[in-house]
Amino acid sequence: MSDATAPLTTVDGKPLKAALAAAERRARWRAFLLVVPLLAFVLITFIAPIGQLLKRSVYNPAFSDNMPNIVAWFAENPAGTEPDEEAFAALVADLRQARENKTIGIVGTRINYDLPGSRSLFTKTARKARKLEPPYREALLKIDEDWGDPMLWQVMRGASSAYTINFYLAALDLTRDAEGKIVPVDENRRVYVTLFKRTLVLSVVITALTLVLGFPIAHLLATLPLRYSNLLMIFVLLPFWTSLLVRTTSWIVLLQSQGVINDLLVALGIIDDDGRIQMIYNQIGTVVAMTHILLPFMVLPLYSVMRPIDPSYVRAARSLGATSWTAFRRIYLPQTIPGIGAGALLVFILAVGYYITPALVGGSTGQLISNLIAFHMQKSLNWSLAAALAALLLGGVLILYWLYDKLVGIDNLKLG
Amino acid sequence: MKKTLILTTALVGFAFAASAKEITVMSWGGAYTKSQVEAYGKPFTAETGIKVIWVDADNPATPIKAQVEAGNVTIDVADVEYSDAVRLCDEGLLEEIDPSILPPAPDGTPAEEDFIEGAITDCAVANIVWSTVMAYNTESVNGTPTSIADFFDTEKFPGKRGMRKTAKANLEMALMADGVPASQVYEVLETPEGVDRAFAKLDTIKDDIVWWEAGAQPPQLLADGEVVMTTAYNGRIFNAAVAEGQPFKIVWDGQILDFDLFVIPKGAPNKEEALQFIAFATDTKRLADQASWISYGPARKSSSALVGLYKDGKTEMAPHMPTSPEALKNALPNNFEFWADRDTELNERFNAWLSQ
Repeated sequence: MSDATAPLTTVDGKPLKAALAAAERRARWRAFLLVVPLLAFVLITFIAPIGQLLKRSVYNPAFSDNMPNIVAWFAENPAGTEPDEEAFAALVADLRQARENKTIGIVGTRINYDLPGSRSLFTKTARKARKLEPPYREALLKIDEDWGDPMLWQVMRGASSAYTINFYLAALDLTRDAEGKIVPVDENRRVYVTLFKRTLVLSVVITALTLVLGFPIAHLLATLPLRYSNLLMIFVLLPFWTSLLVRTTSWIVLLQSQGVINDLLVALGIIDDDGRIQMIYNQIGTVVAMTHILLPFMVLPLYSVMRPIDPSYVRAARSLGATSWTAFRRIYLPQTIPGIGAGALLVFILAVGYYITPALVGGSTGQLISNLIAFHMQKSLNWSLAAALAALLLGGVLILYWLYDKLVGIDNLKLG
Repeated sequence: MKKTLILTTALVGFAFAASAKEITVMSWGGAYTKSQVEAYGKPFTAETGIKVIWVDADNPATPIKAQVEAGNVTIDVADVEYSDAVRLCDEGLLEEIDPSILPPAPDGTPAEEDFIEGAITDCAVANIVWSTVMAYNTESVNGTPTSIADFFDTEKFPGKRGMRKTAKANLEMALMADGVPASQVYEVLETPEGVDRAFAKLDTIKDDIVWWEAGAQPPQLLADGEVVMTTAYNGRIFNAAVAEGQPFKIVWDGQILDFDLFVIPKGAPNKEEALQFIAFATDTKRLADQASWISYGPARKSSSALVGLYKDGKTEMAPHMPTSPEALKNALPNNFEFWADRDTELNERFNAWLSQ
């Protein structure tokens, strides 16, 4: 009996459990070392830049770094303090310094994000700052009355901390009023929420379209004899291998108002020359071109799931009296769910972040949120706002991913 | 595709960097870059032996911030618009240029007096005066548009319109078409009512607008028949009409004048050579030479007298210049300070308006 309870040992007397654990630990370390290069690669090229970007969306030191005196004054005096002579003196000292350091444009731009039209107030005043004499309050107000604007002081106080959520507010069409309360922006400047909604709706439409178009193709591919299905597969893959720009541009050739389809319709007498249909530079263009471009991402996972499905299941259902619809609905379709899930998720996530195709064929109503992110990265150079928009998009996708996991289960995903 | 072009050019540049002195100049592409290559680049290389590599961008001002912030500046000279030159300079993204390096006019007038007022700033030296104009295709438009108001009149002149996808210039043109005299445009645009008025005017043709982004697009849109009228840079239309024989006409009424200026990004790899290039390119003769390649006005007063014939040897350039008396009848000089200030706000509104 005592033998049974005594711990098992190896030949050299160590407890077997410990020896096993040690061996396993070594194996785990070796395995870990194998993935270290990939992990480092992902950390350096993926996680770090995304972290940088997320930081930019809440961190903008343009004002706080370059205007130290006024920042100190804000720190000493609580919100709501009327700016006194000391505050104006600090401001003038900072303006002089910023002019000297050539940073006044950065400072003005930062304030301009929160209070449009104030950039030149800073550059203009800084140009004259050297000649200013006390009392500074009167001197500044003489240059421009806007220096007395409580809204301006509220914005400067906000910017005196490098950390701010204002870019997220702007990305959600919100702003702050003179008391610092969060309010919606003017109706005619609301653009981001609309675009977020449109991006989601169009992505869902495109995902649904690729599913409707892709499901029969994948089924055909999976059930045809190999020599035919390989040929068909090439037709699916060929556009996949063609440059994105070439495919998008060929849609322009086809769809534009002087394009192939319109010319054909006119030649056939279906429409007259004045009634050419506008199929591009709007949402139709975006949906058509993106559906085509993303179709392979739906077909391939579906195909890989459908291929191993044994046809005898459906035959068995039929022999037990099921109609073909019932057999499809209750036997075949449930087995393809992992493929549908993978394809839909893939297409949706790609569609949400798509940029080049809507930029080329979307005109004004077919633009997606990614086009505005690009606008702020490349044209307006407001990288903080671009980062906030991108972070919101990322958050949205993660939430959808989580929902998917709850509803379908991420284990139930087969990518190929 | 442009990106690949820039990339390959940069790579080629890198490969040669070790062997010879050279500078990289970023400009706007198409007929405009060609005029600079011929008038500035080739003679510069012939005289100094410094090679000039030209790269294109839709707007050369935009890569500068990215390059300077990333600490990886690959261009030595960029050709930018006025408001961008001022803005980038204020943000410390440009090298300062001492105007004393610029050669005087042939008659000895110092450069600072020879250049048109405003053409030299702390960080930039202008080379041309250009303008945004409306142009039409004589074959596809019914009748003869004569004023900026006709651009917004789709009943009298049916057909699509091309416009640049940005708030700048479009708002000014909308107001002028709505009857605001050029001298009061920015005054009106300063007020919220003025902005509303401009957008309301744009609204009247919104469904008929095809938006363009690169300067080479509008002549293409006109030639393809995608639009019957478009706003465009005057030199591009001139080039298409005179050099390529396209049936395009410019309407000078309501044109918006602007400078293009040379700047040096902070930390440019070949700053000395870049300064040498700018001094060379903006002397009296080169500026006049450029005008024989494209119809942009020289930024020096002393160059005007030397502007002669187009490179085809028969077209007199003077009447095609945006600065000719005929063209200046109802013209608006772009207000750089207004745009440096309002760019963000108005483009936000413009984007919102576009997506409605």
